[in-house]
Amino acid sequence: MSTFPFLSVLTVAPAVGGLVVALLPKDKPALVKRVAFVWSVAVFAVAVAMWVAFKAGGPQMQFRESYPWIPTWGVRFTFATDGIALVMLALIALLVPLVILASWHDAEGSRRSVPLYFALILFLESTMIGVFAAADVFLFYVFFEVMLVPMYFLIGSYGGQQRQYAAVKFFLYSLAGGLFMLAAVVGLWVVGGHTFDWQALRHATFATGTERWLFLGFFLAFAIKAPFFPFHTWLPDAGGAAPAGAAALLVGVMDKVGTFGILRYCLPLFPNASKYFAPLGMALALVGVVYAALLAIGQKDLKRLVSYTSIAHFGFIGIGIFAFTTQAASGAVLYMFNHGLATGLLFLVVGMLVARRGSALIGDFGGAGRYAPVLAGVFFFAGMASLALPGTSPFVSEFLVLVGTFTVNKTVAVIATLGIILAAGYVLWMYQRTIQGTPNPALEQVEGMKRRLSAREAVVVTPLIALILVLGFYPKPVLDVINPAVKATLSDVGKSDPAPTAVAVNKEAGK
Amino acid sequence: MSPVHALVPLAQTPGQDQPFQLPPIDYAALAPMLILFGVACLGVLVEAVFRRFRRARIQLPLTLMGLVAALVVVIWTASKRTLTAGGAIAVDGPSLFLQGSILVLGIVALLLIGERTLERGGPFVAQAAVTANTEADRAQAATAEGASEVFPLTLFALGGMMLFTTANDLLTMFVALEVFSLPLYLLCALARRRRLLSQEAAMKYFLLGSFASAFFLFGIAMIYGFAGRVDFKSIDQAIIGSSMSPVLLYVGIAMLAIGLLFKAAAVPFHLWTPDVYQGAPTPVTALMAACTKVAAFGGLLRVLYVAFQRAQWDFQPVIGTIAVLTMLVGAILAVTQTDIKRLLAYSSIANAGYLLIGAVALNKDGLSSSLFYLVAYGFTVLAAFGVVTLVRDADGEATHLSRWAGLGKRSPLLASVFTFLLLAFAGIPLTSGFTAKFGVFAAGISGGQAWLVIAGVLSSAILAFPYLRVVVLMWLSEPAETTPTVSIPGALTSAALMIGTLATLVLGVAPTLLLPITTKAAEFIR
Repeated sequence: MSTFPFLSVLTVAPAVGGLVVALLPKDKPALVKRVAFVWSVAVFAVAVAMWVAFKAGGPQMQFRESYPWIPTWGVRFTFATDGIALVMLALIALLVPLVILASWHDAEGSRRSVPLYFALILFLESTMIGVFAAADVFLFYVFFEVMLVPMYFLIGSYGGQQRQYAAVKFFLYSLAGGLFMLAAVVGLWVVGGHTFDWQALRHATFATGTERWLFLGFFLAFAIKAPFFPFHTWLPDAGGAAPAGAAALLVGVMDKVGTFGILRYCLPLFPNASKYFAPLGMALALVGVVYAALLAIGQKDLKRLVSYTSIAHFGFIGIGIFAFTTQAASGAVLYMFNHGLATGLLFLVVGMLVARRGSALIGDFGGAGRYAPVLAGVFFFAGMASLALPGTSPFVSEFLVLVGTFTVNKTVAVIATLGIILAAGYVLWMYQRTIQGTPNPALEQVEGMKRRLSAREAVVVTPLIALILVLGFYPKPVLDVINPAVKATLSDVGKSDPAPTAVAVNKEAGK
Repeated sequence: MSPVHALVPLAQTPGQDQPFQLPPIDYAALAPMLILFGVACLGVLVEAVFRRFRRARIQLPLTLMGLVAALVVVIWTASKRTLTAGGAIAVDGPSLFLQGSILVLGIVALLLIGERTLERGGPFVAQAAVTANTEADRAQAATAEGASEVFPLTLFALGGMMLFTTANDLLTMFVALEVFSLPLYLLCALARRRRLLSQEAAMKYFLLGSFASAFFLFGIAMIYGFAGRVDFKSIDQAIIGSSMSPVLLYVGIAMLAIGLLFKAAAVPFHLWTPDVYQGAPTPVTALMAACTKVAAFGGLLRVLYVAFQRAQWDFQPVIGTIAVLTMLVGAILAVTQTDIKRLLAYSSIANAGYLLIGAVALNKDGLSSSLFYLVAYGFTVLAAFGVVTLVRDADGEATHLSRWAGLGKRSPLLASVFTFLLLAFAGIPLTSGFTAKFGVFAAGISGGQAWLVIAGVLSSAILAFPYLRVVVLMWLSEPAETTPTVSIPGALTSAALMIGTLATLVLGVAPTLLLPITTKAAEFIR
C-alpha cells in the first residue's frame, strides 16, 4: 500500500472533481452538490488511508513521487510529505466536505452559478493540497500562486458587501508577496546549483548576505500569507466579505501555508538567516498577538472579528516557530491543526447565524440564544475552543507554545500570555452581545432566526466538536506524527533544546 | 585604452588595393525573405490587375501561402549557420528562431487583418485619402470594401523585420529598419473608423520614428568613425583594438540604442506607443505588439551581444536603468488607463522592460530566455487584441473600459478567455507569462543583475492591479445599459484567438516543448 501514489492522487482528484462539477448542468443544483460532496468525501477517505500508511517513526519525507516536468530548468513534479504537511493535508481533506455541506444553500442566494461555486471549492482544495504536498520549490510556488485564483473568484463572486474590494486586496497582497518569493526562488535556483528539489537544496550552503536576502524574499511572502503584523490588513476584509465556507477554508487552511512555508522552507533552507532574523519574526508575531486581540475586541462585524482572532492566533504560531525549541515548534504545528478545527468551526457557525439573521453585524443580534438555543450552544463551544479553554484542543497547543517559549525567552512568553486574557475578552464579549443580554426586538421579525439546527448543520459541526474534544484530552496521535518532523526541522537550524536540567529549573521558577 | 591596441591591426578597409568583387550569395539562406518580398510584389500586381471587390479574396490566401512557404523554408534550414552576402547577413540560431517566430506570429496577426465578417468591408478604410468626417468618408465607412493593399504592406513589413533580425552590419540593419517601418506607418493610418485618431497615430509614429532612425544613422556614423567598419565582427575587434577615442564608441552606442529602444518601446522613448496602439486599426496594433517587438528585440540582442559585448561594462548600467524605468513607468501608467488598448500599450511597455532584463544579462540564458519571452508574449498579446476586436457597438470597437463592465455575464466564454490572457500578462503560473518571466528573471540573476529582477518583481506587482481591474469589471460588475455586444467571431478571428490562447496555455504548462529549441538556438555567429 505504501507504493500507492497518495500525494499526486490527492492533488489531482479534487481538480478532476471540480472539472466534473463545473460541467454538470446548471439547472440541477441538487445533483451538483451531491457529486461535489461525495467527491470530497472520497478524497477524505484517501487522506485517511494515507494517514494510516504513514510511518510516524519512519524517514522524514514519505510517499515521495517524482516525475519530470521542465528538464531544462530541472523542475519536477516532486511530492513528499513529512508529519507537518500530513496533518495539514488531513485538515484540508476533513474541512472541505464539511464546508461543502455547510454552504449547501450559500450559492443560491447570490444569483450566480451554483456548479461554479462547488467547482471552485474543489479546485481550491486541489491547489491547497498541492502546496502542502510539493517537495519541489518551483512546484510549491506554482501552487502557491494558482491557489489565489479560485479563492479570488469565491470571494469576488459569492461574497458579501465590499466583496470586489476585498477580493482585489486579497489577490494583490498575496501576489505581491508571491512575486518577492519568485525573485527569491529564482535566486535560490541560481545559487543553489540549478535544482528545485527541496531535499537537494537543503544541503546547499550560501554566502551570508545571499542567504539573508533569500530568507527575506520567502519570509515576506509567508508573513503576508499567514498573515503577521503589519501585513495583516487584507485578512479582515477578505474574511469579512467571503462566504462563510470560503472564509473557513481561507483562515482555517490557506493562511497556514504561511506558517507552514516558514517551517518547511525558511528554516531548513536558510538556517543561519533564520537564526539571524528570529528576533524579527518573534517581534512581529508578538505584536500580532496583542494588537490583533485588541482590534478584535473593537469589531462590529462577526466575520471580521473572527478574522482578527485568527491573526492573534497566528501570532502564537509564529512565536512557537521562532522560539526554536521542540515543544514550542510542536505546539505551533499542533496549533496550526487545532486552529483549523476551532476557527473553521467558529466561521461555519457564524455563517449559520449570519444566514439566519441576514446580517453579520453584532448590533443586529442580541439575545439570539432564545431563538436558536442549540446553535447558541455550539457557538459558545466554538468560542471556548478559540480562546483555548482547557479541555479543548487549542489549549494543548497554546500551552506547548508558551512552555516551549518560556524556556528560552521569558519576556516573550509572559507578554504572549496576555493574549490569552484578551482572547477571553473578545470571545466572551462577542457571545454576550450576540446571544445573551437584552433580546433585540428586531430579531422577532426575522423568520429565519427561529429555524432550529438542521440535521445537515448538525452533521457539519459534530465531527469538529468531537475532534476538538478528543484532541483536547488526548493529543498524542497527532503529536506523534508531528514531533519527528519538528525535530528534523529544528536540527536543520542547528538548534537543540536547552539542557533538560535547565528546563526543569526554569519550569520551577516559572511556577 | 591599454597599449594592446597598438598590437592588433585595424581591419583593412577594402577598396583601393583589390578590385570590387560581387560577394557570393547563399540564396537558400535568404530564401524566406526572398519569398516574402516576392509574394509582396505579386500582391502589388494583384492590386493593379484585379477589380476591387475581388482583391481581398485573392490577397488573403496569397499572403498566407507566402508566409507558410517562408516558414517551411525556415524550418527546413533550421540547422544552417552561415554568413552570406559578403557578411551582411548572418543566418544563425537566433536569426532563424526569430524569423520563424515573426512568421508564425505574422500568420496569426494576418488572420486578424484578413477578418471581414465583423464589419462590412473589414477593419480598414477603403481610400485613405478621403478626408475624414466628410460625406464621402461616412459613405465609405458604411459600405465600401476595405483597402486590400494592407496585405502586401504587411508582407513588406514582415520581410523587413526578418531582414532586421539577420542583419550583420549596421547599414543593412538601417535599411531593414526602414523597410519594416515605412509599411507600418502606412498601416497605422488605415483604420476605417475614428480616422482622425488613426491618422494622428500614423503621423506621430512617422515623425518620431524618423527621429529615431536619424539617431540610429548618426550612431552608425560615430561607430564607423570609431571602428572604421560597420560590420559587427570588426566593431567587436575594434573595441579592444581601435586607436580612436572611446567617446566615439559611447556616443555611437547611445545613438544606436535610441533607435533600437524606440522600436522596442522602452522608456523614455515610449511616448508614441499608447497613441499609436490606440489609433491604429486593432489588427495592426496586434501585429506591431507581437512582431515588431520580436524584430526590435532581435536587432537589439544582436547588436548588444555580437557587436558591443566587450563594452558591456560601459552600457550595462545605462540599459539596466532604462529597463528599470521601462518596467516601473509602464506599470504605473497602466494603472491610470481607462481605455483597453492604451492599457495593453502600457503593459507592452512594461513587458519591454522585462525583455530588457534578458538583453542586459548578456549570457546564454539571457538570450534564450528572451527568445522564449518574445514568442510567449507575442501569442498572448495577439489573442488579447483579437478579443478587443470583438467587443463592439454600432460605432465600431468599444475600447473604453467602462463599456466592458459586466461582459462576463453577456458572453462568459470570451470573458473567460480574456481573463486567462490577463492572468498570463500578470504572470500567474500555468500560463506562458509565468514561464517567460521566470526565464528572464533567472537569466538576470545569473548575469549578476539582481537589482533588475527586484524592479521587475515590483513592477509585476503594480501591473497586476490594472489587469485585475479589468477582471473585476468583466465579472464582478453589473452590466451597464451601454455594455456593447460581443460579435460572433468569424472563422479567422476564432482561429487566431484559439491559437493565441492555446499557445499561452501550452507554453505555460509544458514550456519544455519550446525551451530546448530556444536553448539550442541561443548562439550568435560573428
